[in-house]
This record gives sequence, C-alpha cells and structure tokens, in this order.
Amino acid sequence: MAITTTKSAFWKGFRDSAPFLFMASPFGFLFGVLAAEAGLIVPEAFAFSLTVFAGAAQFTALQLMQENAPLIIILISALAVNLRMAMYSASLTPYLGDAPMWQRAIAAYFIVDQSYALSVVQFEQEPEMPLAQRMAYFFGTNGLITPAWVIATALGALVGTRIPESWGVDFVLPLAFLAMIGPMLRTPAHVAACFVAVAASLPASALPYNLGLIVAGIAGMIAGAQAELWLERQKAKAEGAK
Amino acid sequence: MSSIPTPILWTVIIGLALGSYGLRFAFIGFMGGKPIPEWLMRHLRYTAVAIIPALVAPLVVWPAPTGGDPSLMHFAAAAATFAAGYLTRNVLIGLGTGGLCLLLLYLAA
Repeated sequence: MAITTTKSAFWKGFRDSAPFLFMASPFGFLFGVLAAEAGLIVPEAFAFSLTVFAGAAQFTALQLMQENAPLIIILISALAVNLRMAMYSASLTPYLGDAPMWQRAIAAYFIVDQSYALSVVQFEQEPEMPLAQRMAYFFGTNGLITPAWVIATALGALVGTRIPESWGVDFVLPLAFLAMIGPMLRTPAHVAACFVAVAASLPASALPYNLGLIVAGIAGMIAGAQAELWLERQKAKAEGAK
Repeated sequence: MSSIPTPILWTVIIGLALGSYGLRFAFIGFMGGKPIPEWLMRHLRYTAVAIIPALVAPLVVWPAPTGGDPSLMHFAAAAATFAAGYLTRNVLIGLGTGGLCLLLLYLAA
C-alpha cells in the first residue's frame, strides 16, 4: 500500500513500530529496576532514559558505575556501544539529509535501533516517497517507543526501590547483556568479533582501571572487520573461479 | 546498596546524553550527503557486538554474587540465556530462560 499523505506516513510508522513495544517496555522497566537497585532515585533513572535514550549503553554505564570504574572508562565504553548510532545516522542521510536543519536536529535524537531498522526498510521499499513523508514516517516509528521506554524506566525504578536486596538481582544485569548478544550474531564476522572480544576480555580484566574492556572491545572490533574482509575475498574468489 | 556518588552519576548521564546525541547527529547533521568511509563503517558495525561480550564475559566467569568465585550455577544460567537468545533471536525469551534457570538452580541448591 503506497502512502498518500504526510499524516498517513506518520501513522504507518506508528503502526509498524507497535511490535517493538513488547521489547522496549520490558527492557526499559528492567533498566529502571536495576538502576534503583544500584541506588538511583526515580528522577535520576527517568532523566537517564530520557536524555541518553539508548538501552545497551545505559546498561553498560550502570554496570561500570557499580564496579567503580573511572569516569573516562565509563564514558568511552558506553559511547562505544553507541557508535552504531553514527552508522545509522550515516545510512539515513541519503533519505533524510535534505530536510531542514531543525528537523534533522530533532530527528537525530530519535535515531535508535528500531526507528532506523523500520525506516531504512520502508525507504528502500518505496524509493518514490517524498522527503516530508519520509520524515513523518521516521517520527511515527518513535511515537510509541520513546514514551514507552521512558515511562517504563520510571515505573521500573519505582518498583525497584521496593525490591529487597536479599533477592539477589545482581546477576540479572549480566543475564540481560547475554540475552542481547545472541540476536546480534547475524553473520560469521559478528561471531568472530564476539569470540575474540570474549577471549581477550578474560586475561585483559587483569589490567587496571577497567582498561581491559577497551582493549578487548577494540580487539573484537578489528576481528569483526577483518573477518568481513576475509569473507568478502573468499566470496570474490569463489565467484571468480566459476 | 552500592552507592554511586551523585556527581559521578550526573557526569555520566550528561556526558552520555551529549555524546550519544553527537554520534546520532554526526552524519545527518554535519556531513550532509558525504558518504562515510567504508573502513570506518566496517569497524562501526562490530563495536556493540565486541564491547558487550567483553563486558559480560568476566562477570560470568567471576560472578559478583559469589564474591568472584567461579560458580557452576551462574555459568549454567548464563549459558542458557545466551543459547535461548541466540536460537530464538529474541532478547526477552533469552532473559526469561536465563532468569528461570537461575531461579530453579537456586531453589535446587
């Protein structure tokens, strides 16, 4: 179904994003609970989710703050988790880059996994879509997810302050990270990046100031990039042989 | 309750808010139509999938609840979480499986 008006483009984005609610809300809630367990009060958890608006990076920062890691390491690690946002920004630019600056400035805040994934698919499927409708669709994909993420965090933090410490939820954060990894392993190169990062992180954890995380992260990143190049070369060779 | 000093917390929140916004704005705002170099894209693709496993691996091998002593129970719950997340490609199913596994092992122990 082709989109006919700017308004209908917004609502299509809104509807398309609905299934992601079932992911964003529980995760926002969990972040709130764990933030409260770490000693954050409700307004702090709320401000965290509202201003940073990036699940995996927020969990990373929360974990490292509890480990009393140095400030600079916390910031570098959490921002490294968020580097993919720069990639999303780059790949949305051909579709949204001609919009007025104020629109792009607002849109930037809303670049997250879900809005990026939905929008790129939509824009590729309908290359004829006018710019105003593209922008409307993009904002539509955030109409549910953003409020849900922030409200769920606040609710989680409210509940979290009431959970007794004896419940031992301190292993839930590692489990949340582990659950995030599986769906990320889309290609053999992602598996290589993950494997090398894990292998490097264990000996590297002996380094002071949580530097091991940065070292292992960079090792994994390089492994992923190199694996991708190698796989491309193998593919080219196989095609050349035909 | 492990207390995070308030100034640290707010520095992290503000730093991450500005930094994340900067990353999101970088290309759509500043670069206009200029393409991002291929080698950079290739590394950006693997940052999250490298940092998160590097963060979590030591937490599984030396779990905090035991004071850092390796624990089969925590390792099993971690393995179940990862396996369920990987097989179903669904974060919540992974987390649910791992949580349940941890609870059962805890009750059985």
